[in-house]
Amino acid sequence: MTQTDQASERAISGAELRLENVVKRYPGQKTAAVESLSLTIPAGEIVAFVGPSGCGKTTTLKMINRLIEPTSGTILIDGKDISQESATSLRRKIGYVIQGGSLFPHMSVAANVAVVPKMLGWDAKKISARTDELLDLVGLDPDRYRDRYPRELSGGQQQRVGVARGLAADPPVILMDEPFGAVDPITRQRLQDELISIQRELRKTIVCVTHDIDEAIKLGDRILILQEGATIAQYDTPDAILAAPANDFVHDFVGAGSSLKQLSLARVRSLDLVHPTTATVGEDTGPAVRRAEEAGDDAIVVLDDRGRPVAWPWLRQVRSNDRVKGSPRENLVTLDQAATLNDALDTMLTAAHSKVIVTGDRDKYLGVLDFETVTEHMRRTEREAAEHQLEQQEGAQADG
Amino acid sequence: MWEFISERGDLIAYNALQHANLVLQAVVVATVLAVGIAVVVDRFRFLDPIANTVSAIGLTIPSFALVGLLLPLTMIGALTAFICVVFYATLPILRNAVVGFAQVDKTLIESARGMGMSDLGVLLRVRLPLAWPVIHAGVRTSVQMSMGIAAIAAYVLGPGLGGYIFTGLSQAGGVNAVNYAVVGTVGIVLVALVADLLMLLLGRLTISKGIRA
Repeated sequence: MTQTDQASERAISGAELRLENVVKRYPGQKTAAVESLSLTIPAGEIVAFVGPSGCGKTTTLKMINRLIEPTSGTILIDGKDISQESATSLRRKIGYVIQGGSLFPHMSVAANVAVVPKMLGWDAKKISARTDELLDLVGLDPDRYRDRYPRELSGGQQQRVGVARGLAADPPVILMDEPFGAVDPITRQRLQDELISIQRELRKTIVCVTHDIDEAIKLGDRILILQEGATIAQYDTPDAILAAPANDFVHDFVGAGSSLKQLSLARVRSLDLVHPTTATVGEDTGPAVRRAEEAGDDAIVVLDDRGRPVAWPWLRQVRSNDRVKGSPRENLVTLDQAATLNDALDTMLTAAHSKVIVTGDRDKYLGVLDFETVTEHMRRTEREAAEHQLEQQEGAQADG
Repeated sequence: MWEFISERGDLIAYNALQHANLVLQAVVVATVLAVGIAVVVDRFRFLDPIANTVSAIGLTIPSFALVGLLLPLTMIGALTAFICVVFYATLPILRNAVVGFAQVDKTLIESARGMGMSDLGVLLRVRLPLAWPVIHAGVRTSVQMSMGIAAIAAYVLGPGLGGYIFTGLSQAGGVNAVNYAVVGTVGIVLVALVADLLMLLLGRLTISKGIRA
């Protein structure tokens, strides 16, 4: 990839999304499902819709792609009223990702990803190139996975394909409905990290419905907290919501221990990484081992030809081979630089090294995060928070 | 017996082909009909019990009786036989098609619509392929059943091997009576076996690997 390519990919490819006095009322129901909601979602941001079940968050989401038609009000994408367009052509321009991926079981992975491009009439060559590119983007090796069927994939892999399918026609707006609700916690954390990393590259406008406030805090550039009838309780950045809940409802919803949650706002990328010895698959072990011994490392991070970590063997394991060996990349637990410190701690506690490998865009190796760095950061944050509180109290006393 | 067959070899083969041809055409028409009706039933769910009852009761009508009922309307000949076979062939396919469509995961349909598929697109690219294994099983049953029905339909001078059976019956006690009956019956069984093998092959070719049992 050339430099210009990278630069243009970093540009915002999303579109602004605006809801104006949107109302949804179902016949025969006293209260409206959505009561006059107005909202602007800036281009290129992830907004998480959270709230208790039945608060109208999914209804609101589905009104954006007109799976549900609003009773009144206007929804504008990039300044254009969506009701002026046919529902099918609108939907082809909006990515839609739902729980579990919802892949078509009778279609191969590639065919699933290609659904929208095919409807848009792309030629076969362009479609297959795009499919491979997207599978690679979501961390699935195209050669291995494109011809498989959904039932041959794990839940996490299906969800990855679901995300790839949502991105297929490069839509400016992507809607996600509980996208990671159906997978286990560890996989969910990985998928969230990957989404953040993909978003860093693509800068789409993403609306993500979730009932999990932690997921909202992690994914959202902004969070929309909804009450009954889709009334806005608070719409702000995660920091602002955690620091100053707008009312009791938000306070209760965000939950106790929000100072601890604030810790989980800290991302791995804000911490210093250490850089142990690395080696490339296929390299002679002799020099690699020597480098490690000189640096005082007891393990070597093995990278593949694209700079992605594939294995993390101890030195004695490396010595037993002539050449540095890799292993399937999926077996190595790594952390995206966008992961939270909570995730990092979780991963370390279950890992063999009590350290964790950190990766960047497209799983490129960045370095290693060790336990001491994390605890040091936590101690510092706590100290700062305490000092901050003290200052506030002193200020309040001075005022009084 | 062998003499009987070898004397009429060409004619028997011709009638066997005619028999297979009648069943094939009838089942194709029946499949289109049944899937069409099932699409309507799936759209208006209250029709579901009606469709089920009709296909259950329909199968209890003796085929001989239906032939009799059709006679005044369509006269003696291939048309009556054809209509009769189509009628019975439709019933098992209809039942399976209704069940097959109902089994398609609703979230898949919504996700297809959410991606911008038209109603026809959803039907052809999602609902039909997903319901197809069940529909195909219905078609397979239908083919087997139609082999027997087609034999009865030969009573009104329809095409096929059924004619031999009726000849055998009408000449009961005659020289070749048993030969006629046996050739008709065994012939139909053989045609049915071949047809079933072909249906299996059709299933292999048309049911996606992703949902094959």
